[in-house]
Amino acid sequence: MTRPRCTVFLILLPPALLYASLFVGRFAVSPIDVARILFAQIFPIAHDWPKSVETIVLQIRLPRALMAMCVGAGLSISGAAYQGMFRNPLVSTDILGVTAASGFGAAVALLLSANALGLQLTAFAFGLAGVALTYRLARIYQTTPVLMLVLSGVVVAAFFSALLSGAKYVADPESRLPAITYWLLGSLNAASIKGLAMALPPIILGSLGLLLVRWKLNVLAMGDEEARSLGVETERLKGIVIVCTTLITAAAVSVCGMVGWVGLVIPHVGRMLVGPNHRLLLPATLSIGASYLLFIDDIARTATAGEIPLGILTAIIGAPFFAYLLRRTSATWH
Amino acid sequence: MEIRGAAFRYGAREIFSGIDLDVFRGELLSVLGPNGCGKSTLLRCIGGALTLHAGTVRLDKIDISSLDPGARARRIGFLFQNHTPTFPFLVLEVVSMGRAPHLGLFGVPSSKDIALAEQALDRVGILHLKDRPYTEVSGGERQLVLLARTLAQQPDVILLDEPMSHLDLRNQVRSLKAIGELAAQGVTMIMTTHDPNHALQFPGRAVMMKPGGTVVTGLASEVITDAELTSTYGIDIAVVRAPRPNGHGDIKLCSPW
Repeated sequence: MTRPRCTVFLILLPPALLYASLFVGRFAVSPIDVARILFAQIFPIAHDWPKSVETIVLQIRLPRALMAMCVGAGLSISGAAYQGMFRNPLVSTDILGVTAASGFGAAVALLLSANALGLQLTAFAFGLAGVALTYRLARIYQTTPVLMLVLSGVVVAAFFSALLSGAKYVADPESRLPAITYWLLGSLNAASIKGLAMALPPIILGSLGLLLVRWKLNVLAMGDEEARSLGVETERLKGIVIVCTTLITAAAVSVCGMVGWVGLVIPHVGRMLVGPNHRLLLPATLSIGASYLLFIDDIARTATAGEIPLGILTAIIGAPFFAYLLRRTSATWH
Repeated sequence: MEIRGAAFRYGAREIFSGIDLDVFRGELLSVLGPNGCGKSTLLRCIGGALTLHAGTVRLDKIDISSLDPGARARRIGFLFQNHTPTFPFLVLEVVSMGRAPHLGLFGVPSSKDIALAEQALDRVGILHLKDRPYTEVSGGERQLVLLARTLAQQPDVILLDEPMSHLDLRNQVRSLKAIGELAAQGVTMIMTTHDPNHALQFPGRAVMMKPGGTVVTGLASEVITDAELTSTYGIDIAVVRAPRPNGHGDIKLCSPW
């Protein structure tokens, strides 16, 4: 695909999918009605549709679709930034332990019967704490070498996984344990406007931060020593990337549980479309990630009578897709 | 550049000490010595990647340890010995990264920066490769890409760390030619090499770091002699002359015997 056509496609795809998501679903709504309901928010048109339809479109589907797009976009840009920073295309957003720590935070909130917003906050806070712990562990002599970050991430993730198992063990098997288990599988069915309002700022802030430094990531991807010889303050840049991605990922996990394979796979798709230059790659992953997760969530809520947890779908679709990508691009990596 | 009393240790092990060197604008200085004598370490200290335990390095009278990383990168360029590519960036994208010291944290190369990058590619003779992924060019061409990136930094001095070490004969000649042309254009360079033959290709000065810590400096033709080479490397080495097959002058060559 040529560059201009690619850009147009990537710009048009998310809004188009968003529009489609609003009339797709177990409760059918016609596309015209959706368009008119949306217009009615800005222009005065006569409301000749049932109130229930408007509720479904604006209160249920729209927040959920927007949430899916934000989470998808955020996880993807984070994954791309990490893959550049760690100079390794097999890195995912979980590498510093944010997902494990967030998961434990959510389990604690569920054990204590917190409401939805309390759950979101606790998961978010634990996610940040987990990465802070990883970073502190990895610090040697004013630097945080990549290898130390990875090892510390493994340690911290394992620790919080163990704590999570502990939480599951003490949970009441009638009510709490199923709630924890189901939450961990990942789902957006609790999406609300309030939840969106809470999750949106960290995701937007983090994404903006990553977009601002995206060219410098190219230089960082040459290696710490070379980047330093080119005047890049590698510790500061790494710190910025970690803070931004952690804000995004902790917020994402706090609203939809453990949704994996997005931060790992989407950057590869992005590289196939626009190349490894982070200046193009990071914006591209926003669009591709938003579209991908929105599409998957649409499947999650419409494919069967019940709802398929998002984490299961992203893994079932993501893992084989990643295998396919690996086969196709195996010649490029050394 | 003035280097005075430079000393460096890895833990308790002293690598070198008491090194005094002058580097003049526009010259190509070769630094020779056996493996382990500290020439790469010295070069990295000069470039600021490592910190000297004692001594100073001054560039145009300014102590380089007082410079922040960006300022230092605008004055000193470093060509590393080993480079492992991870992502298939295009050659032009790689060379544009050389403009990083001139851009802020959120900076992005402007069209002027891209033009400078293309000029750098032209100077080393590989402008025709600019849109190729740099993982798909030969080792020697990749070396030239990285050299172009260093040129794009527009530094006052370029430090080359064993630039020929992983190249076959043909690519070595290509690199030597590119470096020679840059030297003729007046680019100041310090080049370490483990092969004295490389230093013999250039008419400038050479520094020989001998085991025991002594350092011999002078014109390459005066420093690279049978006696000095033999005492430095610990084996019998002779500098021989042979007539060029095309009849134009002699080839000067060091060889163990």
